[in-house]
Amino acid sequence: MSQNLLLTDAAGRPKNPAPTGTPLLSVRDLHVTFSSEAGDVRAVRGVSYDLHPGEVLGIVGESGSGKSVSAMAILGLLPDNARITGSIKLEGRELLGLGDKRMSKIRGKDIAMVFQDPLSALTPVFTVGDQIVEALTVHQKLSRDAARKRALELLDVVGIPDPERRFKNFPHEFSGGMRQRVMIAMAIANDPKVILCDEPTTALDVTIQAQILEALKNAQELTGAAILMITHDLGVVAGFADKVSVMYAGRPVEQGAVDEIYYRPRMPYTIGLLGSIPRLDVSGEHGRRPLTPIEGNPPSMVDLPDACPFADRCPIVTDICRDAEPELLPAGPDSHPSACHRRADLESGTIPIDQVYPVPEIPETHLDAVPREQRSPVLEVKGLQKHFPLMRGAVFKRRVGTVKAVDGIDFEIREGETLGLVGESGCGKTTTLLEILELVAPQAGSIAVFGSQAANLSGRERMEMRKDIQIVFQDPMASLDPRMPVGEAIAEPLRTHGWSQDKAYERVAELLELVGLEPYHASRFPREFSGGQRQRICVARALALNPKVVILDEPVSALDVSIQAGVINLLDELRAKLGLSYLFVAHDLSVVRHIADRVAVMYLGRIVEIGDVSSVFELPSHPYTQALLSAIPLPDPRKERERSRILLPGDLPSPANVPSGCRFRDRCFKYASLNAAEQSKCRDEDPVIVARPGKQDHAAACHFADALEVV
Amino acid sequence: MTAPTAADTESVQPFAAAPARSGRAALVWRRFRRNKFAMVGLVGLVLLFLFAFLGPLLTHWSPTDIDLVNTQSGPTGDHFFGTDDVGHDMFAQTVSGMQKSLIIGLLVALLSTGSAGLLGTAAAYFGGWWEKVIVWLTDLFLVVPSLLMLIILSPYFQGASWLVLVPMIALFSWMITSRVVRGMTLTIREREFVRAARYMGVPAWTIIRRHIIPNISSILIVDFTLNVGAAIVTESFLSFLGFGIRTPNVSLGTVINDGAQFASTDQWYLFVFPASVLVLIILCVNFIGDGLRDALDPNSTGASAR
Ligand SMILES: Nc1ncnc2c1ncn2[C@@H]1O[C@H](COP(=O)(O)OP(=O)(O)OP(=O)(O)O)[C@@H](O)[C@H]1O
Ligand code: SF4
Ligand code: SF4
Ligand SMILES: [Mg+2]
Repeated sequence: MSQNLLLTDAAGRPKNPAPTGTPLLSVRDLHVTFSSEAGDVRAVRGVSYDLHPGEVLGIVGESGSGKSVSAMAILGLLPDNARITGSIKLEGRELLGLGDKRMSKIRGKDIAMVFQDPLSALTPVFTVGDQIVEALTVHQKLSRDAARKRALELLDVVGIPDPERRFKNFPHEFSGGMRQRVMIAMAIANDPKVILCDEPTTALDVTIQAQILEALKNAQELTGAAILMITHDLGVVAGFADKVSVMYAGRPVEQGAVDEIYYRPRMPYTIGLLGSIPRLDVSGEHGRRPLTPIEGNPPSMVDLPDACPFADRCPIVTDICRDAEPELLPAGPDSHPSACHRRADLESGTIPIDQVYPVPEIPETHLDAVPREQRSPVLEVKGLQKHFPLMRGAVFKRRVGTVKAVDGIDFEIREGETLGLVGESGCGKTTTLLEILELVAPQAGSIAVFGSQAANLSGRERMEMRKDIQIVFQDPMASLDPRMPVGEAIAEPLRTHGWSQDKAYERVAELLELVGLEPYHASRFPREFSGGQRQRICVARALALNPKVVILDEPVSALDVSIQAGVINLLDELRAKLGLSYLFVAHDLSVVRHIADRVAVMYLGRIVEIGDVSSVFELPSHPYTQALLSAIPLPDPRKERERSRILLPGDLPSPANVPSGCRFRDRCFKYASLNAAEQSKCRDEDPVIVARPGKQDHAAACHFADALEVV
Repeated sequence: MTAPTAADTESVQPFAAAPARSGRAALVWRRFRRNKFAMVGLVGLVLLFLFAFLGPLLTHWSPTDIDLVNTQSGPTGDHFFGTDDVGHDMFAQTVSGMQKSLIIGLLVALLSTGSAGLLGTAAAYFGGWWEKVIVWLTDLFLVVPSLLMLIILSPYFQGASWLVLVPMIALFSWMITSRVVRGMTLTIREREFVRAARYMGVPAWTIIRRHIIPNISSILIVDFTLNVGAAIVTESFLSFLGFGIRTPNVSLGTVINDGAQFASTDQWYLFVFPASVLVLIILCVNFIGDGLRDALDPNSTGASAR
């Protein structure tokens, strides 16, 4: 393996002048092997990179590709069954082989860490303030007072409002985003030289993610630290990193400056990743750009043969790919290193980058030609409301408030149409779905399916109606009975609605083929399938009875990007083939932009903006929609650098405590810029959703709605 | 859609022959059959039953007969398991005891595990009044001293057949399991696959049977196998106190009880033969239970195709 993999930019590209001088952190040929019962798991197989002061290196890859393990190796935090070889040097000092005692002097001082799950990284029984003070005094000689003062400063730096009061809180009293800020505060407490971030924003909502990335950026500017950013989100990397390392099956398969990787990828896996993400900013002729999924699954890390580990999934695989594993070498004189036998073909253009993957057709239906007004509505929701009582007390429960999970929403889905329902966690998306699926009279408002009111259905009619309206849940593992062979799971709706055993089995085979699986898969259990395959099984089950409406609750958010694209394409194809209508719930607006015809944005139990996808995404008019869209990182480094973010202050408010007047008021950036009279209107009047002037299908619920381009 | 994995290539052959046809029952049976111990247990239990019910044909002695000539005889061609000091034929007694004990053990276990499963799942799944009533009943039976109740109740069943023992013992052995089952059901009820089934329109009892019971089957099976042994022991204890099966009727428990004092004398056979039969019964039931548990659990490696 080449030892000279300095991730310096090639000459001539001005954005990232090659940093000179000795690297801060230098990793060479790092290997990590775990012994396990099944054999040796070669989790990391030859990672090399240099990190210079102030630089950000992004490591991307699918789950299980060895991203976290390679970072943990730097901290010396791997379990005892791990064998580590290679070299990790911090300012020229070898870290591998240092005892735990000496490593703990470096950990938290020179190298700090921010994890994905901040709750498990904070001790629940100590206050947040005490934990920061502790982080400080472990590595520095500070008086209690001085440490306290510094801790308060740190909390302020990472954007925790009212640090004095928050200092005394316990971790569980903080929201996820606030905890992550505390983690960052602790990470920068001792002016570290390197900060390792492992999926620091994966568990967070987009607007909170934007805040956290901002806090990290500030922290970096303040300390001048280098950052190692592990993530699967190509958008986050595009805006944050200077250089990128793409990992696959334990090895970097492509490394280089961020622009190089995004605009001149030289390895089919990277090309596939970039082609498989739905994008907020690109719309094709039909308002959609087809996604190119990467077929198949990553290989097992046990007994890897000497071949390109990507060979089974690669569309341009040739014979030599199966004979030897390609090394990480530059594709040309001024190119970055990539691990592909055909890198020269990719570099010279013999194989055009955009033709590496076959581009699927965007399926169309006869319904696409029918104007929306002429299609009949399949699902109509009017004034839907769901309030939960908020109870306190262990013995004598008393009602102390109301959780307004869904607080009066209207929408309508017509034949063959997809409505995307978006919003951050807790805004009432799932509650809305479940209310619809109960098919009974809601607390207030009405639900009508194919024109008949759910409230008036008899037991028989309701049972009949269940055939026409089906659901796919977010977590495909949880929504399949682990003890039931998938064939029976798919047959369950059929059997429930009176199909004979024989007919049901025939239909199961048909459905499995429809979603891209094999009929013989029917007798397997769910755990024998990968995430994407399980989700296909759930889709097959939902389609068993030929429904007209399918409700999808975050159907792809639990899947890796490369797998996501396959499921999204499948849903798209089925919609066209079977004339389905979808109610598609997601927090990822890019996915919604890709798949939906119309979109409804929810905030605290209300729809604040609704309309056709191009209007809402191109001319968002509600301040919340604008902030939401601007918070989404684009997988496009140049665009990311030019964009400015609208950062929302504060956390998601609780639906138990809805502000008076406009419910978005306490986070609205527009509110601050209004004059006193206008502000009082926002405070006193709950805005109703009204059509945008001159628009047929676009409405927003803001007194001062005004279009703003943010993508 | 994916490259075939190791699992693919291996299992294509048998499954391709019978595509989609293998429902859960067939699959569980196939996995069960693959487990050697389970099959030994199953065959063993069938043989034990045959032995219990066909055994009497092998000898001309009946359990009540007394052979005054051959008291305290060792195992001979006439008395296979020997005789006691009165002259009872131990073979006839053991076989007749087995009949009752097998029936009591299996029926009590079926009844008590069954009702524990039923009540526990129903309480948790339906909630509301169902739950209140069932939880109250469970607690009530838990605080009542069961043996005392059995002893108090037994005079009322003086003339009844010994089969009355089955519901009586079962009545006092379902509570703990029912509680555990209720707790487990509470968590399973919230899982998405149960929700999915509900929205498909699957009736409540079908959901319980199809989704909830299989997911708590390990505890039910373990409970069942333990109950078989426990019921046989409870019965013999009751009989020992004079409340269970009375002379001239015998059960395996009473036979073992009578023979226990001779375990380490030269009349060992009075104890060893009936005791071995009891051990065999419990062993077989346990093998079957283990096999069934593994066959139902897709995560167990023991029974899977690989
Ligand atoms: N303690 C361990 N023992 C055995 N194998 C391990 C251990 N820890 C990790 N692995 C294996 O190492 C490989 C890489 O894991 P790693 O956690 O680095 O993946 P990742 O890229 O961070 O994925 P994710 O995005 O899911 O976090 C996986 O195959 C994993 O199963
Ligand atoms: S080496 Fe071959 S199989 Fe691997 S990525 Fe390159 S072309 Fe594809
Ligand atoms: S009504 Fe006022 S507070 Fe609400 S979103 Fe509009 S400007 Fe902001
Ligand atoms: Mg990880």
